[in-house]
Amino acid sequence: MKKMKLSNLYLWVVFILLYVPIIYLVMYSFSKGDTMTNFQGFTMAHYQELFADTRMIQIVIDTLLLALLSSLIATAIGTLGALAIHRTTKPLMKNTVLSLNNILMVSPDVIIGASFLIFFTALKIPLGFGSVLLAHIAFSIPIVVLMVLPKLQEMRQSMLDAARDLGSSNAQILSRVILPFITPGIFSGFFMAFTYSLDDFAVTFFVTGNGFSTLAVEVYARARQGISLEINALSGVMFIFALLLVVGYYFIQEGQAKRKAHAKKGGHALEKTH
Amino acid sequence: MKKSSTNVAFYVPYVLWLALFVIAPLVLIIYQSFFDINGHFTLSNYATYFSSGTYILMTFNSVFYAFVITVVTLAISYPTAYLLHYTKHKQLWILLIILPTWINLLLKAYAFIGIFSQNGGINTFLSMVGIGPKQFLFTDAAFIFVASYIEIPFMILPIFNGIEELNESFVNASRDLGAKWWQTFTKVIWPLTISGVKAGVQAVFIPSLSLFMLTRLIGGNRVITLGTAIEEHFLVTMNWGMGSTIGVVLIVAMFIIMFLTGERKKKRGRRA
Repeated sequence: MKKMKLSNLYLWVVFILLYVPIIYLVMYSFSKGDTMTNFQGFTMAHYQELFADTRMIQIVIDTLLLALLSSLIATAIGTLGALAIHRTTKPLMKNTVLSLNNILMVSPDVIIGASFLIFFTALKIPLGFGSVLLAHIAFSIPIVVLMVLPKLQEMRQSMLDAARDLGSSNAQILSRVILPFITPGIFSGFFMAFTYSLDDFAVTFFVTGNGFSTLAVEVYARARQGISLEINALSGVMFIFALLLVVGYYFIQEGQAKRKAHAKKGGHALEKTH
Repeated sequence: MKKSSTNVAFYVPYVLWLALFVIAPLVLIIYQSFFDINGHFTLSNYATYFSSGTYILMTFNSVFYAFVITVVTLAISYPTAYLLHYTKHKQLWILLIILPTWINLLLKAYAFIGIFSQNGGINTFLSMVGIGPKQFLFTDAAFIFVASYIEIPFMILPIFNGIEELNESFVNASRDLGAKWWQTFTKVIWPLTISGVKAGVQAVFIPSLSLFMLTRLIGGNRVITLGTAIEEHFLVTMNWGMGSTIGVVLIVAMFIIMFLTGERKKKRGRRA
C-alpha cells in the first residue's frame, strides 16, 4: 500500500514539473502587468493585442500553411518511398537505403540547417518560404517512411496473391488492397510530419533568410528582446490548439490500437523498423 | 514488364530526395569545411580546430553538458516510465507526457525566462520561505535544467515502450526463485529494457549537442556548445568553412554515438 502511494506521488511530481512552466506561461497571459512577475489582476488585453497584431496573425497562418503543405508532400513522397523500399528484394540495397533514410532522423538540427543552407546557396535557391518548405519536406520524409513501412511489412503476401489470382491489375492491387491496408500508417506519418514542421526551430532558423518568419523564429526574436505578454497569450492559444491536435491523434491511434494494443503509444515514440 | 515501369515511378521522387537532401548536403558540408572565409581551399580549419584549445575545450564542454542532460533525464524518466507501466489509464498518462512536446520549444524556453528571472516564480517562492532571491537565469545549472525539462518526454516514451515489451512472467519467475527486488531489477528488468534506454539516450544526447537557442536565451551565452558555435559561424561571422568543420566533427561524433548505442533508431522530433 505504502509503495503504491509513494509511486503515485513520484508520478504526480513529474507531471507537475512538466506542466508548471506551461501553466505559468498561460497564467501570465491574463495578467494586467507587462512582465511575468507579480500577477496583477485579470485582463484579456493581451489576447486583444494578439488578435490585432496582423504581423503575428500572418506568421501563424504562414506557419500552419507551411506545416500543412510540407506534411502533405512529405507524406506522398514518403509513402512512395516506403513502397519502393518494400519492393526491394536485395537485402544490401534495402539496408543501405534504410540507413540513408535514417540519416536525417538522427542528425542534429544545426547540421541539417547548416548543410541545407550551403545546399540552397550552392543551387542559388532564394531563402524564404520556398527554401523553408523544401527543408521541412526533406526532414519530414524519413518519419513518414518509418511509419508506413511497418504497415507494409505486416501485410501478408497471400492477400496480394489472392487479389492477383482474382484477376486484379497491379494498379488495382495498389489502390484496392495495399493503400487501404496501410492507410493508418500513412495517417500517422502525416500527423508526425505535421508536428515536426510545427515544432521545428533550428532548421528553419538557418534557411529562412530575412523576409519569411515562422512562429518559432518570431518567438526567438522577440524573446531575445525581453518579455512581452503577447507571447504568453499566443502560448495560451497554442496550448489549446496542441490539446485539440493531441486528442485528434489519440483517436487515430485508438483506431489502430485495437489490433496492436501496445508498442506505439506515443506520437514521438521510437519504434523499431523490423 | 509493366511492373518494372511502375517500380521506376515509385523510386523516382524518393531517390531524388535521397540524392538531393541527404547525400548532397552531407557532401557539401564536408566540401565546405575545406575552404577558408575567403573561399580558398585549405586545411587550416581543421588545423585551427585541433590546435586551438578553445575548440577542444568547447567540444569537451558540449559533450559534458549533453552527458549531464542525458543522465539527469534518464534518472527522472526511467522510474517514471516504469511506474507508468503499472498505472490503470496508461494511454491517458502517456498522452499527458506527449502533450508538452507539442508546445513549441521556444515557448517553453520563454516560460523559463519568466520563471527564473530576478522577480520570477522561483525567486518569489524562495523569498517567501526565507531563503532570499538567487541568480538562476544565465547560469549553467539553468541551462541543464531547462534542457532536461525539454528532453524528458523524449526519454520517457522509448523507455516506456521498452518496458511495455517486457514479458511480465520473467519478473515473476525471478521473484519466485527468491531474487530480491534489487536483483530482479539489475538482472532481469534492466537488461530486458536496455534497448528502450539506448533509444532514449540517442533521442536525447544528439539533440542536446545542438540546443543553441537555449544556450543563448537561458545560458546567456555563458554556455557555448558545438551547436552554438555552428550557428555563430554560419549566421553571425559568416565563416562557413569553420562552421562546416565543427559540423563535420559533430557528424563524426554522432556516428560514434550511434555505433556505441548499437541499433540505429530514430530520434523524436525534432525536435526541436
